[in-house]
Amino acid sequence: MSTLTSDTTTIEAPGTTAAALDGTDAIAMAFQGLELTGQPAWLQALRRHGLERFQELGFPTLHHEDWRFTNLEPVTRLPFRPAAEAGRAPLDLKAFPFAALPSARLVFVDGHHAPVLSNAGGELEGATVMPLAEALDHPRLGALAAQHVGRLAGQDDNPFGALNNAFFTDGLFVHVPAGISVPQPVHLLHITTTPGAAVHPRLLVVAEANSRLTLLETHVSTTGETFLNNSASEVFVGENATVEHCKFQDDSMAACHFGAIHSRLDRASHYRFHSISAGAALSRNQIRTLLDGEGVACILNGLYLTRDRQLADHHMVVNHAKPRCESHEYFNGILADQSRGVFHGRILVQQAAQKTDAKQTNKNLLLSDDATANTKPQLEIYADDVKCTHGATIGQLNDESIFYLRARGISQDTARRMLIHAFAGEIIERVECDAIREELDQLVWDRLEEHEAVSVRQNARA
Amino acid sequence: MSTAPLLDIKDLHAGVEGKAILKGFNLTVQAGEVHAIMGPNGSGKSTLAQVLAGRDGYEVTGGQVLFNGVDLLEMSPEERAREGLFLAFQYPVEIPGVNSTYFLKAALNEIRKHRGESELDAMEFLSLVKEKMKILELREDLLKRSVNEGFSGGEKKRNEIFQMAVLEPRLAVLDETDSGLDIDALKAVSKGVNRLKAPDRSQIVITHYQRLLNYIVPDQVHVLLDGRLVRTGGKELALELEEKGYDWITQQEAVTA
Repeated sequence: MSTLTSDTTTIEAPGTTAAALDGTDAIAMAFQGLELTGQPAWLQALRRHGLERFQELGFPTLHHEDWRFTNLEPVTRLPFRPAAEAGRAPLDLKAFPFAALPSARLVFVDGHHAPVLSNAGGELEGATVMPLAEALDHPRLGALAAQHVGRLAGQDDNPFGALNNAFFTDGLFVHVPAGISVPQPVHLLHITTTPGAAVHPRLLVVAEANSRLTLLETHVSTTGETFLNNSASEVFVGENATVEHCKFQDDSMAACHFGAIHSRLDRASHYRFHSISAGAALSRNQIRTLLDGEGVACILNGLYLTRDRQLADHHMVVNHAKPRCESHEYFNGILADQSRGVFHGRILVQQAAQKTDAKQTNKNLLLSDDATANTKPQLEIYADDVKCTHGATIGQLNDESIFYLRARGISQDTARRMLIHAFAGEIIERVECDAIREELDQLVWDRLEEHEAVSVRQNARA
Repeated sequence: MSTAPLLDIKDLHAGVEGKAILKGFNLTVQAGEVHAIMGPNGSGKSTLAQVLAGRDGYEVTGGQVLFNGVDLLEMSPEERAREGLFLAFQYPVEIPGVNSTYFLKAALNEIRKHRGESELDAMEFLSLVKEKMKILELREDLLKRSVNEGFSGGEKKRNEIFQMAVLEPRLAVLDETDSGLDIDALKAVSKGVNRLKAPDRSQIVITHYQRLLNYIVPDQVHVLLDGRLVRTGGKELALELEEKGYDWITQQEAVTA
């Protein structure tokens, strides 16, 4: 096993001859190995275009403005070996987060549908929840799926979205027809089990006018080794529809995780996206939200918890294309050890988007002197009648708050813990679905308590 | 032994960043007494409150503070609170994300543990809290919010006294609790404070104005000037100060000096 290090992250590469290859070559070779015959022509074209687009863009370097804090050098040396099939080791569903959540659940192992672990697949109270591969072949829904897949992802300058287009095997497809409310959350659980694998999960959601949907996306792994999870999601929110979308990323501490997270929001729709990033040596969530009709209300809400030498990067563009829309972005980071949090948020207000109300905050709590936060909130405004604010903070816990709690009899350790949990709680409390919020709260609480920088007396109590 | 004071401050010298503020402060508070400390801005009123509560950054350069016969200055802020000292903050801190009920229950149970009492469960705590909220005329929904977050100035001050009513300290130090209060809030706060009067509880009311002392009647009134107490009297001293202003004392001091 070799250890690849950069100035920010350590990524263990499993023993492989492909490590000698440059990533771009490894990707080209892997693509040649794909079995494309039998796939519809449009899909083959999408894949080829994805590969070409990736090759055109290449791996971004630190010289690229959008990547200046996230060194991908270790990623370029990954083997990019597609997982041809799901790992065979038996999996105990109970071991994974949100497994007990009452939900319509589709489970994917190494990018492949695992029907045994899933409890959904087909009609659901008027909506459809099924594996994307199945949807693309579906007599009634195939055209709809084909029309939307790849419409947003891979069409911009994100090479990893293009890479997903080239390689995705399967994913979750949700179609909510007009006026339908899906009563329970729809859960995409992705489990990576194969060390060294490159998996490319996909999510496609078409929520038509006046529909309602709660969506949960969980990424976990059973291997502690390096792998690449390169996910892409496309969420289309129709007129006056409401979609809450929660992504919980807890991949192996040696993994690389990329998320190309796209949404297009129609008139008067509501979209609430939560990104909870806890795992992976290196993670990058690239969020692109297009407010494409009047009167949209959109919340992008994120929490990243990092330790050791982890790097968690959120890169966001909120594109206000139409008048009278609201967007609020809240991202908090809790950074321990030598870890790094990167936040880049751009609010783009196009000329037509008068009366835009946009607000963005990024707050970083450093639990160690060696932790780093890079934050870059940005406003780009071409309309003249708008209300836009942004702000960012990087700091330690507030001494005034600690003293106030201590002056009421609460110990210094407990006061610190309360404030750290509260910092996470600010984000978690925006999750509207009670069951998801409560479990998320517990997951984040436990994760924080595991860390000595939060719970200095953890060993004493145990 | 029975006459040992609850609080005994002897020749206290303290300051901030090398600047001397308290310059030989003496005060003895017996159990059950209410003391008012009045003084103009900059006389050291708030420094006294902060030093008693144990805030970092205030250096004690001399003197002694005994609380119930024990050296208060040796204790951490939380130990002081658990021993029964309560500071009602002049500027209560907003703490986003920390639920008011959760916070207050944690505080009360720390104090109860310290006293060797059993911790209250959620139901017991809730019924205690409801009873105390009525006294302070606090809206119940404030308890569902984060500590002080989005509270009005008056609500913050009421919340301080509400916390005091729940925690039942042996010595409460009210640091300009009256500042910024309208008359209704002032009455509610005073009512809360007066309800807590008991033979074994004491209060130090720090204020700039006499107004609060119409509602909270002190046993003794002290005038603090340039870090030392220069006058002590009954409640009529406060009225005299109100009438003649602090200049009256300042001039007298200048004459005697």
